Amino acid sequence: MVWRPTLPTKDTPRLEVRKTYKLYVGGAFPRSESGRSYVVTDAKGKFLANASQASRKDARDAVVAARKAFAGWHARTAYNRGQVLYRIAEVMEGRHQQFSLEVSQSEGLSISKARVVVDASIDRWVWYAGWADKLAQVVGSSNPVAGPYFDFSLPEATGVVAVLAPQDSSLLGLTSVIAPAIVSGNTVVAVSSYERPLPAITLGEVMATSDVPGGVVNILTGSASEVGPWLASHMDVNAIDLCGIVDPEEATELEIAAADNLKRVRRPAEEDWSADQGLSRLTQYLELKTVWHPIGV
Amino acid sequence: MTTLDSGVDSLADVTSSEDRLRRFLLGLPGVDQVGAEARAATLGTRSIKTTAKAYALDLAISMIDLTTLEGQDTPGKVRALCAKAKRPDPADPTAPQVAAVCVYPDLVATAKHELKGSGINVASVATAFPSGRSSLAIKVQDTKDAVAAGADEVDMVIDRGAFLSGRYGLVFDEITAIREAAGDAHLKVILETGELVTYDNVRRASWLAMLAGADFIKTSTGKVSPAATLPVTLVMLEAVRDYHEATGLRIGVKPAGGIRTAKDAIKYLVTVNETAGPDWLDPELFRFGASSLLNDLLMQRTKLATGHYPGPDYFTLD
Repeated sequence: MVWRPTLPTKDTPRLEVRKTYKLYVGGAFPRSESGRSYVVTDAKGKFLANASQASRKDARDAVVAARKAFAGWHARTAYNRGQVLYRIAEVMEGRHQQFSLEVSQSEGLSISKARVVVDASIDRWVWYAGWADKLAQVVGSSNPVAGPYFDFSLPEATGVVAVLAPQDSSLLGLTSVIAPAIVSGNTVVAVSSYERPLPAITLGEVMATSDVPGGVVNILTGSASEVGPWLASHMDVNAIDLCGIVDPEEATELEIAAADNLKRVRRPAEEDWSADQGLSRLTQYLELKTVWHPIGV
Repeated sequence: MTTLDSGVDSLADVTSSEDRLRRFLLGLPGVDQVGAEARAATLGTRSIKTTAKAYALDLAISMIDLTTLEGQDTPGKVRALCAKAKRPDPADPTAPQVAAVCVYPDLVATAKHELKGSGINVASVATAFPSGRSSLAIKVQDTKDAVAAGADEVDMVIDRGAFLSGRYGLVFDEITAIREAAGDAHLKVILETGELVTYDNVRRASWLAMLAGADFIKTSTGKVSPAATLPVTLVMLEAVRDYHEATGLRIGVKPAGGIRTAKDAIKYLVTVNETAGPDWLDPELFRFGASSLLNDLLMQRTKLATGHYPGPDYFTLD
């Protein structure tokens, strides 16, 4: 007898599709180079899915992808980057239910509370999208100088930003650390929450289907403590956000490793992701370029 | 002997007339395409780690012909390249020198001056590189110019048009003439495998070049895609190995173009060791024609030495 797919009945229930999610690197979804995966459970310990466990070599590949994407992303007009960020929000809106379910399962929230979190995450993308073409006016300046020069300072992207995303807030926190880095033209290698990676994986799928060029956002699932030191000491990473490191001593170690190439380091701190974010994360990953433009005397 | 069992008594006979040469070349056994590609792919999976990797990286650096062959080359660029050849990693004096610097004939004098006393050879392309479409007289003069300017090695191209239309004698005579014009300089013969279409042709062209007096056979000019590939290099290494068995002479091999990462370079070294043998793991008998490969090798070297990943910002541009 030939087996044919049929509608599940009481006697023959549907087989579960148990997924093993992959990483998001350079616009593609590779497995971890190490071949490892780990079990992701919901807040009560029930099996949800398998996730790839990123290794140092995955981090290395992600940095290469991010560096490759940097020139193109950085060269886009601020207006265009704003549009792309807004597009992320649009695509997330279409996956609202999926995000809500994943946030609810991962963080143990009721579905209605999870919906509010997803709303806030989408709104955060919109909010940061708006900053794209306003940043230079607010952060830049024209400087009075005692000479025949028109002197002005404008913000430019730092480069490749490594983000160790918050462990607790799996979507709103993740959004709040990635968006401010990429809006100004940086590219990002993010390590998701270890225990709650599903919203990060779905965000990767959103990135792949919105207008974000491959490599601008790279999402690794796995342990920040394992991958973090390699990113912190990587000479081709220009800044690192240590948000997802819980142990203060470990954060200090990473900060020391990051000093080798003078990375911009954001130390872990108590964060309220639902509050107004202000400009501190936006301005963290900027370099001010000052131009002395000669003028006729 | 794997290749030479086709009723040939002595290799000297083979080159006595065009007819015999043609019969010999066409009588060479065909290359098993699937087998060659599978073999190359398998050799590419060998895992080379820690001390073996450190050895391989340094060996690969010492085998590089650091190359610039652009219409926009200037004496300044060649001088910068020579400085890099002498001291590839300014931050680490233990990094070995490269084997040679490869330039167009008019820039040989500049390179020679810069490399004086360093032990690094100057290689020059010649014979109407890269197409080879010119008269023999001009090709010979091109070679003589390069040698007169001080080139230690001459990279000539074969006439692919003649080869592909079966005029093997013409190709043979041309290589012999250039061999003579090059004098004491090392002669590398570029087969331009990307234009030879089949592995059988690569095998024939390799034998043809070796019989005509090549010191090295080289895959490509770097101007045609595909340039060097692992299976093509494998076929050439087999030809070199068989030629050594038949004559006792060791001919070098130089893949050029398209080798950009340390990982690729190590795959080539594994193939050399497993095909021609460890004797060929020597800059005298194996070279890489490359420019961007060097930086990747240096970065891998730095990673092994420091334990963390380096970035391209800390190495010279080229």
